[in-house]
Amino acid sequence: MIAIALDSLRSAFDAIRAHGLRSFLTTLGIIIGVAAVIAVISIVQGLSHTVNAQFQGLGADTVTVRSYTPFAQAMRGRFARLDEGDLRAVRHRVEGISHITPVLFSPDGRTGQVGYRSRNHFTQVLGVGPAYIDVTGVMPQEGRFFSRSDEERRRMVCLIGTEVAEQLELPGSGLGEFIRVGDDWCRVIGVLETRGELFGMSQDDLVLLPYSTMQRLIGTSRRLDIQIQLRVDDVDRMDEATERLRRVLRQQRGLRPGQADDFRVQTAEQLTESFNSILNTVTAVAAGIVGISLLVGGIGIMNIMLVSVTERTREIGILKALGATRGDILLQFLIEAVLLSVLGGLIGLAIGYGVGALAAMLLPGFPPAHVPMWAIVLSVGFSAGVGIVFGILPAAKAAQLDPIEALRYE
Amino acid sequence: MAAPAAVGAAADPTPVIALRGIRREYRMGDQTVHALAGVDLDIGRNEYVAVIGASGSGKSSLMNVLGCLDRPSAGTYCLNGRDVAGMNEAELARVRNRDIGFIFQSFNLLPRASALHNVMQPLVYRRLPIARRRALATRALERVGLGSRMDHLPNQLSGGQRQRVAVARALVGEPAILLADEPTGNLDSATTVEIMGLFDQLHAAGQTIIIVTHEPEIAEHCHRVIRLRDGTVEYDRRRGEPAP
Repeated sequence: MIAIALDSLRSAFDAIRAHGLRSFLTTLGIIIGVAAVIAVISIVQGLSHTVNAQFQGLGADTVTVRSYTPFAQAMRGRFARLDEGDLRAVRHRVEGISHITPVLFSPDGRTGQVGYRSRNHFTQVLGVGPAYIDVTGVMPQEGRFFSRSDEERRRMVCLIGTEVAEQLELPGSGLGEFIRVGDDWCRVIGVLETRGELFGMSQDDLVLLPYSTMQRLIGTSRRLDIQIQLRVDDVDRMDEATERLRRVLRQQRGLRPGQADDFRVQTAEQLTESFNSILNTVTAVAAGIVGISLLVGGIGIMNIMLVSVTERTREIGILKALGATRGDILLQFLIEAVLLSVLGGLIGLAIGYGVGALAAMLLPGFPPAHVPMWAIVLSVGFSAGVGIVFGILPAAKAAQLDPIEALRYE
Repeated sequence: MAAPAAVGAAADPTPVIALRGIRREYRMGDQTVHALAGVDLDIGRNEYVAVIGASGSGKSSLMNVLGCLDRPSAGTYCLNGRDVAGMNEAELARVRNRDIGFIFQSFNLLPRASALHNVMQPLVYRRLPIARRRALATRALERVGLGSRMDHLPNQLSGGQRQRVAVARALVGEPAILLADEPTGNLDSATTVEIMGLFDQLHAAGQTIIIVTHEPEIAEHCHRVIRLRDGTVEYDRRRGEPAP
């Protein structure tokens, strides 16, 4: 059996080599199918790899609460807002919170503009509480974080990300310089550690102000909408904590039973989950595409194998005269079909990986391509399966040939 | 026995081939063609036989039955003491592999395989390990004088050399009979002499040979001539016996 299989493999190689171009064109369907899926998977998996690593960095024990306005409400101009009352309620009535901070975003672009000498730069400006550093785990690499007195006295001080220092061409690290935030001047008391990119967006392009200072900059004429970021004591009791948080907020905001939440509670885990579910969908779609192209590729292989059987009728007659049984002939043509499609699968694998790596290289900020082992095994296994399924008909046809007829075939 | 005693000729009196009442009928539309209409024939060990006859005489049908490529419609066929008439496909394949060495008019070598691999091919179906296959095939090729051309492809060989490869392939399994169908039909006269010389050598070494031919010179070369006509044996003449 092994002897037959090895010999069939050798003659399959010979047969495939004898029609090099034809064999290549035959397997093109499989090559393209596998290449496409491997390229997509390598990019998606690379992305997922990096993003998961970064979400881990965000902390599994942090929770973000933000206001949420359903579209229909937004159309009527009614926007939900979270305010300091909500913050107080959460702070005092939800147990298991180790740190909590409000985060105040600039409501429009005005305070998003920062400047130094003649340089201007648009960036994200956040007003944060003193616990921000404990909630997010972001440390200043130089200087210090806001003190209580900075907060209480609404001092015009700020921490900047390294990207901002670079854009504004601050001398040195920028520590101690005065930069313009909106229309006001703030002294840089700290530079945040570099965190790199997430989804191709810099995480170092931001300016932090004390919460109270931010309020002052925005002015009192506006109603504020804050975000609440907090860290829980015990990650294992995360669900309990978020559930309590919801109840407290609903009560605080006077929502009646049956009324939808006008806020959203997000955890890092949820982010990871929703991101991964998107990736899984993409992977599933890619798998569907490869399924179709493998089907088409398999039909191509069946077609060419049928032609090949007809062409080699005489050869089959000779082999039968030499003592080949139907099983021997069947095995030989089946091995040829499988070899053809597996070779196609391997070429597709190489091309797909190349395309994935190239895409990852060319797109700025894109994580390196990553092909998981299961994708390799699956695509090669699938190719082999296609070879068997679509090779069986031509192989059976070859095996059933009558030796006398076959020997007479011109 | 009229055949001259050759070197290595077996004294075994039981025939290698014994046909009794062999019939082969084909249905062509609603007509039945009697290709073989009752053939009785014994061929002994180390005989050197020519089968002749006009086209349509049943030569090819007899050849197919003898070679176990086809099953007779009726009658018994004992090859090497075993009844092969009632065998199934797989058993017939095994008999073809072990007991019969085919040589064809158009050589019928595998075009993409070297001379050596062509000769090794029948041994694949005996499940022999590759080293053993290679050794046996090498010896067979040396025996037909092609020891130096083993790695050539068929299209790199002359007609005579190709037929030698085919002879080596037929011999490699040490078959009971060598069955040659017009072995010199595609060869020029010089090469024909060469190949017939090779057959003579093999016969002298004890091989049983059956040649199907329409060339009188080839038939005369053999020691026994069987002429078919309309599916029956018209005459069966050994060398030295007068022509009918």
